[in-house]
Amino acid sequence: MAKLPEAEKLCEQLAAELRPHITPKTAMIGLYTGGAWLAERLHKLLGLKTPLGLMDIAFYRDDYSARGLKHDPKRTKIPFDVNGAELLLVDDVLYSGRTVRAAMNELFDYGRPESIALVVLADRGGRQLPICAQYCGARVEVPAGQRLRLKREADGRLALALEPVRAA
Amino acid sequence: MRLAIKNARIIDPASGRDSAGDLYIDGGKISEEFSRPERVIDAKGLVAAPGFIDLSARLREPGFEYKATLESELEAAAAGGVTSLACPPDTDPPLDEPGLVDMLRRRASAQARARVYPVGALTTKLEGERLTEMAQLADAGCVAFSQANAPLANTQVLWRALQYAATFRLPVWLRPEDAWLAKDGVAHDGELATRLGLPGIPAFAETIALATILELVRATGARVHVCRLSTAGAVEMLRAAKREGLPVTCDVAIHHLHLCDMDLGYFDSNCRLEPPLRSQRDRDALARGLEEGTIDCVCSDHTPVEDDGKHLPFAEAEPGATGLELLLPLTLKWAEARKLPLSKALARITSDAARILGVPAGRLAIGAPADIALFDPRATLRVSPENLKSQGKHTPFAGYELAGRVRYTLVGGSVVYEG
Amino acid sequence: MQRNPQLNDKGELQHLLSIEGLPREIVVQILDTAESFVGVTEREVKKVPLLRGKSVFNLFFEPSTRTRTTFEIAAKRLSADVINLNIALSSQTKGESLLDTVANLSAMHADIFVVRHASSGAPFLIARHVKPHEHVVNAGDGRHSHPTQGLLDLFTIRHYKKEFSGLTVAIVGDVLHSRVARSLIHGLTTLGAPEVRVIGPQTLLPAGVEALGVKVFRDMREGLRDCDVVVMLRLQNERMKGALLPSAQEYFKHYGLTSEKLELAKPDAIVMHPGPMNRGVEIDSSVADGPHSVILPQVTFGIAVRMAVMSIVAG
Repeated sequence: MAKLPEAEKLCEQLAAELRPHITPKTAMIGLYTGGAWLAERLHKLLGLKTPLGLMDIAFYRDDYSARGLKHDPKRTKIPFDVNGAELLLVDDVLYSGRTVRAAMNELFDYGRPESIALVVLADRGGRQLPICAQYCGARVEVPAGQRLRLKREADGRLALALEPVRAA
Repeated sequence: MRLAIKNARIIDPASGRDSAGDLYIDGGKISEEFSRPERVIDAKGLVAAPGFIDLSARLREPGFEYKATLESELEAAAAGGVTSLACPPDTDPPLDEPGLVDMLRRRASAQARARVYPVGALTTKLEGERLTEMAQLADAGCVAFSQANAPLANTQVLWRALQYAATFRLPVWLRPEDAWLAKDGVAHDGELATRLGLPGIPAFAETIALATILELVRATGARVHVCRLSTAGAVEMLRAAKREGLPVTCDVAIHHLHLCDMDLGYFDSNCRLEPPLRSQRDRDALARGLEEGTIDCVCSDHTPVEDDGKHLPFAEAEPGATGLELLLPLTLKWAEARKLPLSKALARITSDAARILGVPAGRLAIGAPADIALFDPRATLRVSPENLKSQGKHTPFAGYELAGRVRYTLVGGSVVYEG
Repeated sequence: MQRNPQLNDKGELQHLLSIEGLPREIVVQILDTAESFVGVTEREVKKVPLLRGKSVFNLFFEPSTRTRTTFEIAAKRLSADVINLNIALSSQTKGESLLDTVANLSAMHADIFVVRHASSGAPFLIARHVKPHEHVVNAGDGRHSHPTQGLLDLFTIRHYKKEFSGLTVAIVGDVLHSRVARSLIHGLTTLGAPEVRVIGPQTLLPAGVEALGVKVFRDMREGLRDCDVVVMLRLQNERMKGALLPSAQEYFKHYGLTSEKLELAKPDAIVMHPGPMNRGVEIDSSVADGPHSVILPQVTFGIAVRMAVMSIVAG
């Protein structure tokens, strides 16, 4: 089985790709939890002026009827005006695209951005909606029955890992 | 019919008999042995006991036929092995006139099952103000006089009623409860009622009323039977009163012998009863009191309530539970828990109850009326609506598996139930 | 022992009937979820689509404008459809039975019933008879429970005091008749508040109240000493008629909260009241409007808490 790419290296790679496109109107929002860690790292690397936004999409998911509100929701904090912003939406793994759809719905309840670009560390394919990432660290093949997660070590270093999917 | 019951374990608490044997019945009475009976019942494995005597069973006629009828409830009595029962006066209209009592007795005898002994109203319409014609009512067949669950707040009327009853040596049956202290209450005033936010009836509502009753008994000499004890305090007071020699007796209902306020659970309206189910300590004192004889007997306090009356929030639900068919098994359960012999358990629903009712029943002696219950002490019954003959299906014992199944019931030598 | 009817057999919250019997994790889950909803109530688009397409029926058998309005706002912020039914209940009139009313509404495809009733236990009766996809939220039943109020009180306390582990909380007034008090007591003991006190005259304290895990004080000054949180309960006029109290004046003198009595509590103590307040009976205006009072924030938090409750039971 191919080894997983190193998350730290991908971070630097993404920052290098993003840097030429940063403008004064650029603002960044990370999706809890993996996307939030990644966004914190990128926000620092890129030295963005606008403070970082963090978002929880719990109330916008499309599987509420089946799953309910199970996981512990965090509080969305967007400390800038979404109206007219050029947003970078940051998540760790892009899969079905549903998380991003929910995030966009929630964002539009905050205001009308000028543009939204999606930044992900890893794209594992398997899209169920017409969503794509403008900036992508790496394509990763995930074997059946497994899940790709971003982990943060005690010293703050990020790493990608495969986990078995728990039976529902 | 000339009938023989063979191979039974015959238990007759009145005489102390507990031995294997046969019973012969002729002309509606227990007789000496004879040959060639017209019918033989093989009672192998069964206990033959005097038919049970229930001091409180509401038959709901006249007036409450939508809850139950004489027919359905006397069928239930037969299925429960009950051959004599006293019914409280709180019918509609209440049993305060000889004509009503007479009609009830006629209709009950036409059913040809258990013997029904009406308890007359102590005051007209049970309103607690004017005395009823107790002497006339007694002539019509009332065995005692009571207020059922209606309050008698006026102590002067209570005093006069006891004096009047004493004049004719008529027994008065009273459930001790101070109407003011019990006002608006629906559950025992204690921790459980506090948790559930239910208005409470304190234990002293019973003991204060009982103290009043006992003082009036001292003053008037009236014979009083205290109904449906629910507190440890009342048991204590009755113990002292009997020691003193006062002419008082008392009973407890099957529910209070086994259950306490905790059994209300999540507002189970099947536990909505009068008096309320009280604390564990009270329950234990009642179980002990019945064992030592301070409490003379146990009754079912059978009160059929229809679904509409129970499918309501607790405080709005109608109090009462079905019980005729549970009198035997719950009495056996009480005795087993206390490791008492079967004959002692049966005494509490036969000879002891008969003594209070004042009728020649509750014994298996030659010449006595052939009122007999044949039951299997080991066979069990699951308490459920389908298994109850009574029209009242609500009981806090729903779902319980109880031992003690009646197989045959005879009243005056006729088989009124075979199961 | 019967299973707690609020939880389904997976231990998930199906109905909210009372705080008593709720596992600690669920109480915390509700408070944490409410925290997220506070954010929603503060932004411009105050809606999330969680309950879109679902119907919330407010079944109020006891009149109430405040509570009903907050439930309505909460449900609308979750994008639910809200129907209000005010059914004045007279025990004398033979109207439709409680269960028949619910059955009829069920036929109109209700998802959540928010119920307020004068009889303790009514929501439990309803919960026993609703369909599996229907949920009951108790908005107050008799003297028994007012769980959303208890939860918003806990939320408020957590907001200002962060931890429950070191708190002394005093609840003052008519505990006997108060469902708010009972719910808050259960919530505080579940979350580990070490000392919960009830303060009031003997006529207004229920039998065996210590068994709920509280310390009883008859003297308000004694009871307020070093408290972190003071919760004042409303005193209703009927109490004077029922031979429970002689007058509002005497009550205020001994059990009303004034700035002078409040000084006995900790300097950073907060004052709460479930509302509506009787100024001059249980609480002095200077305290109600003063720096220790968090009475108005309680109302705001009430919406977020009710949003959390409805989202969790309907999920």
